[in-house]
Amino acid sequence: MQEYEQEYEKCTFTIGGSPIGYKILEKRQLAPQVKLIKIYAPDIADKAKAGQFVIVRVDENGERIPLTLADWENNTHAITVVLQEVGVTTRKLGALEPGDMVRNIAGPLGNPSEIKNYGLVGIVCGGVGTAASYPIAKALKEAGNKVVSILGARNKELLILKDEMEKVSDELYISTNDGSEGTKGFVSDVLKSLIQQGYKFNLVYAIGPPLMMKSTAEVTRPEGIKTLVSLNPLMVDGMGMCGACRITINGQTKFACVDGPEFNAHHACFDELIKRLKMYPAEERYAAGFQENQGGKS
Amino acid sequence: MAHVENVKPVLQNRLHAVPSVKVAAKERIHSFQEVALGFTEDEALVEASRCLNCKEPQCVKGCPVSVNIPAFIKLVKEKRYDEAIHEIKEKNSLPAICGRVCPQEEQCQKLCMLGKKGEPVSIGNLERFVADHELEKGIKTPKSVCPTGKRIAIIGSGPAGLTAAAELAKLGHKVVILEALHTAGGVLVYGIPEFRLPKKIVQAEIEYIKKLGVEIRTDALVGRLFTVDELFKRGFHAVFIGTGAGLPKFLGIPGENLGNIYSANEFLIRVNLMKSYKFPSVDTPVHVGKNVAVIGGGNVAMDSARSALRLGAERVTIVYRRSREDMPARREEVLNAEEEGIQFKFLAAPTRFLGDDEQGTVKGLEYITMKLGEPDETGKRTMTPIKGSETVIPVDTVVVAIGRTPNIIIQTITKGLESTNSGIITTEKQTGKTSLEGVYAGGDIATGEATVISAMGTGKRAAQNINDYLKTKTSRLVQETPLSQNKTTS
Repeated sequence: MQEYEQEYEKCTFTIGGSPIGYKILEKRQLAPQVKLIKIYAPDIADKAKAGQFVIVRVDENGERIPLTLADWENNTHAITVVLQEVGVTTRKLGALEPGDMVRNIAGPLGNPSEIKNYGLVGIVCGGVGTAASYPIAKALKEAGNKVVSILGARNKELLILKDEMEKVSDELYISTNDGSEGTKGFVSDVLKSLIQQGYKFNLVYAIGPPLMMKSTAEVTRPEGIKTLVSLNPLMVDGMGMCGACRITINGQTKFACVDGPEFNAHHACFDELIKRLKMYPAEERYAAGFQENQGGKS
Repeated sequence: MAHVENVKPVLQNRLHAVPSVKVAAKERIHSFQEVALGFTEDEALVEASRCLNCKEPQCVKGCPVSVNIPAFIKLVKEKRYDEAIHEIKEKNSLPAICGRVCPQEEQCQKLCMLGKKGEPVSIGNLERFVADHELEKGIKTPKSVCPTGKRIAIIGSGPAGLTAAAELAKLGHKVVILEALHTAGGVLVYGIPEFRLPKKIVQAEIEYIKKLGVEIRTDALVGRLFTVDELFKRGFHAVFIGTGAGLPKFLGIPGENLGNIYSANEFLIRVNLMKSYKFPSVDTPVHVGKNVAVIGGGNVAMDSARSALRLGAERVTIVYRRSREDMPARREEVLNAEEEGIQFKFLAAPTRFLGDDEQGTVKGLEYITMKLGEPDETGKRTMTPIKGSETVIPVDTVVVAIGRTPNIIIQTITKGLESTNSGIITTEKQTGKTSLEGVYAGGDIATGEATVISAMGTGKRAAQNINDYLKTKTSRLVQETPLSQNKTTS
């Protein structure tokens, strides 16, 4: 490891030459098909801010996919990403072990969250969206906000980062679709009941699957509560070049990578986002079959 | 192949150029192999013998980097190929690329004296011949120069950045290129397709630049990972910005965000940079249906259309709102596209896209027919839509290739760096100097969308001026601590 660190330092700290790869330091299973990975990337760890993401390319034949930064540490020079193994690339990444290399990581990308003292902030998160919410909740808490977090998943097994979220929240509520933990139902229902109970949110963050963000936006819209979402569209370069991540915001086309990834939830066209996320179903299935026939490259 | 091996070409009439051989259209539309084959040695010798070696060569005036064209052609004539490439590389560090993608017909060849009565000398093909000849033999390591101890950061590894880097390295400066993507080359690797510019050629020319001592750091988006200020703090004495025009323009018409509508940038990045033509051996997919429409009339539109054809489209139509004569694409590329069976719809301005409501994918393109009027003050003919002429054509894939604008990440975060409303960095034309001391810019980010060679020209001029600046000025450098020390203390 030390040798690698020295090698890496030669490459990046002097900004000459390219990293030979980014080493995986740690891997943890958070839920079925959900993994947390810590990767050695000092420059990125040094610059990362809440709300930003990285583009990861696993190997020489890999595609570029965006992953939200779930955490970063300056002392270990590591960044943390959480991934759900749904496609070829996330499965490849999930199959890597500590000591293995990720070919390329570009970042931090996207605009950081605007962190200040808003007062009472609601953090509504679903599924792996919790990983993206964690640094935002943490930064908002540090900025003096009262943070009320609502964590949701389809069932108990799929709830992730509960302890971490608890640490950075003043109050934490749980909901599962099947009622296996916390309130039975959706995170947006919990938010609604809190509002009915008299919680006066100054800001709500909704991060998770598009439908969850959409329904949360519909809860806060009539109340006039400022609501932000962090969008997760398909991306290729992640730097404004391709436009794959474009989305209609208040009638205007915006790029999630350079104009976002955070947008006003009440202005975002979620139906468009959902459709654009489904652009490659045939290709995904084909690729997955191909990988299996190849015995799974890594 | 069309090369006839055992018949030696002979010079029959000085006014006729040796024809350059292309792979037959029927054959080439099924693969991404290079279309233009380049000269054989015999062909090159005959073509070189056509050069009049003018006392006052006009061709040189047409070259944005002032290659001594008659001199290198004379060396080709004498079969002194090593010296010929050396002669070119004095002025141009990317000859194998320029020999392929420069619009010579608008530059050097346009001014060739032979062109007045017949066909100009095929300067581009000769340049390609000597460059390829060297690549085949293996590039020699250039002579080492005395290091100056000055460090320069080049942002972006496209034609402007690579040229500036090479020029500065030749002068003994330590140069580091910062590239945001995972591969160096900029538009040469993400934009121009394999069949027009093989990536191994780009790779080889970049290897040459590395041999000059230039280091390339990939995965580094300046503005996010490092800022321009930090580069100075990290010990760089000057910065050159060559970040190109990387943001795609869209039409802004209804339905444009439907699925399977690509910007040309996305389409070409998937195909060229991510090599999705090899899918599923590589992981990046690209969707090409049966009926593809490409909107625009430039080289990027031709590249997109021809790529779509090679990816299995049954019918590819270029939809352009002006007339054939107005197309900014190189004639040669339009001809190539036509030979391959690309169809053209002129005077057709897209008005909206129709979609499949359930899937959210595109299924139709509506355009309105335009009428050309009298030329306006700028000489361009005015256009008016013909009322009621809206037509819908069925499409299942669309590529929007109507131009690109600068990426403004660096401009917005760098205090004091002036740029225009459209994001073009303001520079002094002759020197590439920006509003910040020690910061220079070149290529599309400073000029707006232009050609590879014009970007190289600006990169070269900026390099010369950076060199002058470093000689005369004391640097802005505050302290030269290695960063590893900064790290532990910060």
